Amino acid sequence: MQNCDNENKKNADILGESDGEYKYGFVTDIDTDIIPKGLSEDVVRLISKKKGEPQWLLDFRLKAFRQWLNMSMPRWAHLDIPDINYQEISYYAAPQQKKEGPKSLDEVDPQLVDTFNKLGISLEEQKKLTGVAVDAVMDSVSVHTTHKEKLAELGIIFCSFSEAVRDYPDLVRKYLGKVVPATDNFFAALNSAVFSDGSFVYIPKGVRCPMELSTYFRINAAGTGQFERTLIVADDDSYVSYLEGCTAPMRDENQLHAAIVEIIVEDRAEVKYSTVQNWYAGDKEGRGGVYNFVTKRGLCRGEASKISWTQVETGSAITWKYPGCILKGDNSVGEFYSVAVTNNRQQADTGTKMIHIGRNTRSTIVSKGISAGHSQNSYRGLVRVAPGAEGARNYTQCDSLLLSQTCGAHTFPYIDVHNDSAIVEHEATTSKISEDQIFYCNQRGISTEEAIGLIVNGYAKEVMNKLPMEFAVEAQRLLSITIEGGVG
Amino acid sequence: MQNENLLEVRGLRAGIGDKEILKGIDLTVRPGEVHAIMGPNGSGKSTFAGVLSGDPRFTVYGGEAKLGGVELLGMPPEDRSHEGLFLSFQYPVEIPGVSMVNFMRAAVNAKRKYLNEEPLSASEFLKMMRQKRAIVELDNKLASRSVNEGFSGGEKKRNEIFQMAVLEPKLSILDETDSGLDIDALRIVAGGVNKLKTDKNATIVITHYQRLLDYIKPDFVHILYKGRIVHSGGPELALELEEKGYDWIKEQNQ
Repeated sequence: MQNCDNENKKNADILGESDGEYKYGFVTDIDTDIIPKGLSEDVVRLISKKKGEPQWLLDFRLKAFRQWLNMSMPRWAHLDIPDINYQEISYYAAPQQKKEGPKSLDEVDPQLVDTFNKLGISLEEQKKLTGVAVDAVMDSVSVHTTHKEKLAELGIIFCSFSEAVRDYPDLVRKYLGKVVPATDNFFAALNSAVFSDGSFVYIPKGVRCPMELSTYFRINAAGTGQFERTLIVADDDSYVSYLEGCTAPMRDENQLHAAIVEIIVEDRAEVKYSTVQNWYAGDKEGRGGVYNFVTKRGLCRGEASKISWTQVETGSAITWKYPGCILKGDNSVGEFYSVAVTNNRQQADTGTKMIHIGRNTRSTIVSKGISAGHSQNSYRGLVRVAPGAEGARNYTQCDSLLLSQTCGAHTFPYIDVHNDSAIVEHEATTSKISEDQIFYCNQRGISTEEAIGLIVNGYAKEVMNKLPMEFAVEAQRLLSITIEGGVG
Repeated sequence: MQNENLLEVRGLRAGIGDKEILKGIDLTVRPGEVHAIMGPNGSGKSTFAGVLSGDPRFTVYGGEAKLGGVELLGMPPEDRSHEGLFLSFQYPVEIPGVSMVNFMRAAVNAKRKYLNEEPLSASEFLKMMRQKRAIVELDNKLASRSVNEGFSGGEKKRNEIFQMAVLEPKLSILDETDSGLDIDALRIVAGGVNKLKTDKNATIVITHYQRLLDYIKPDFVHILYKGRIVHSGGPELALELEEKGYDWIKEQNQ
């Protein structure tokens, strides 16, 4: 508890204890190499060339691009997505650095280090939260990865995607696009064509990663999109906990973020993937904000393997994401714990897909939606049991908390069972905070605002408890900040 | 002491919407005193507790209510709490997901902030929780559960007195604290209230029955009827009520 206190204070210092406005909305004024707006085969080739990629990767991109041209944007979600002009976006923006990419922190532009400091992400290892290694990504490139050497001693690879392509091409080639094929969906195809950077993680057989691995994504440049890719491979009997965080400046225009995360887990290995998503959500009237259209999927390939997704979604103007698990290995386990908060004019359509293929596979889904203001918040989840998935089990709990008269909460569960031995459970609740609860808190000296924060955090606790301790406190604060002004 | 009176209520009129329930209440409570407010159902006892503590369901039409010289009416309920007013609820609400520890910590530190004091550290706070828990024999397990969630009737009332012990109010109002309590729970709750009594604080016990007053001895007994205090006296008045019932009050005040 004492620890928690210090952490709390630290985060409070970083965030500045004032009015609860978006604290990450600043812009770093740094020279940036931005390619002209527009998307064509030439642009795809240019990105690949800038990154010095091998032919096979260029071919992967081009194939994805050609297929994307024939695809159209998905319209099935409960979202009102304005038309996006893909020719008005710049697909590559890199803060200017020395050509080779910095080897040590001394070589990283101090302005970049400052930027991440302001975001509460220290790139100086001795000052870092103990037990967390960070890959810091700004716009299209990775700025710096901490603790690399220490991890390398264990055979763990944790580096930017670009470095992985350069240093471990065989590993990348073996796994890239195997869980999320380039043609999986419109945004996945777009990402596969133009993805810039991201993180690569490989945990060798029998290794338990001794620290949290984390990637911090930052959009800085205007008029750009962010298209990063994360690939995590956990070999037999290994374990890793991975966390991503994201922020962006406040701008009146919308910015597109279309990422892909792929996870492959081998026999008896486990990957825990946590997200604290706080992209800029737009202003009260819904101007600006990030469109967060993300494809995340994990493959439990090995026997008794496990993937656990935890997400706390507080930001973005529009969120479209369904982190899923393909439970292929017998006895494999998939988990999805989600808190999605929307306020003002935010829209979220998020949930998961649990695809049971192997025997005795198990999945758990706990989704907590919190809607305030004029926002729209939807849970959309698919549980599919394939014919061969003898003894599959799923438990789904889907709760909605409504904080205003003008918001919407929606639930779209899809259950598709092809094996009679499967047991699938779905529970759903909708609730709101009562005036009696508020007055009870008031009488004990707790202000209405703080009372709502307590109750909302209590409501989300089951999911928040799944977050690594280092990030739980910040996530709690984010929840309270996000709902401010949206109650009533 | 500059102001001898802890609570001074003058001409208090209040109700729900246009429906007047309290029709001019006068009451003075000095430090160290225990006052009992009795009366038949619907006489306005719980309304009086709600109006003093700032329950937003009630509208105040006029009068004043000063606690330690500070006017309460018009003040937000959380500030009334910080000024030293505590209400033990007749029906304590459940707050799922919020642990008693977090709840009380928020309450204690909000008060300290109001009084310009530093927040308590985690270890100081937990130590205090342990001490206060003993006063009402509250199980450690209850303290780690969500606020009132799944508590029995008796546990809820004990939990109210536990919170009172933690917040150390100047004036406590116990609203029908005896309702729904068996004799053992009643003894524990009343014992807790008596242990917390000092010559600086005061208690208003709102009750329908004499039973609770066997355990918490009042210095004064007031009878509230149709929104007015129609009778005040010593402890013997409660016994008289027990014997005669409320009918004679009703007859006298037709």
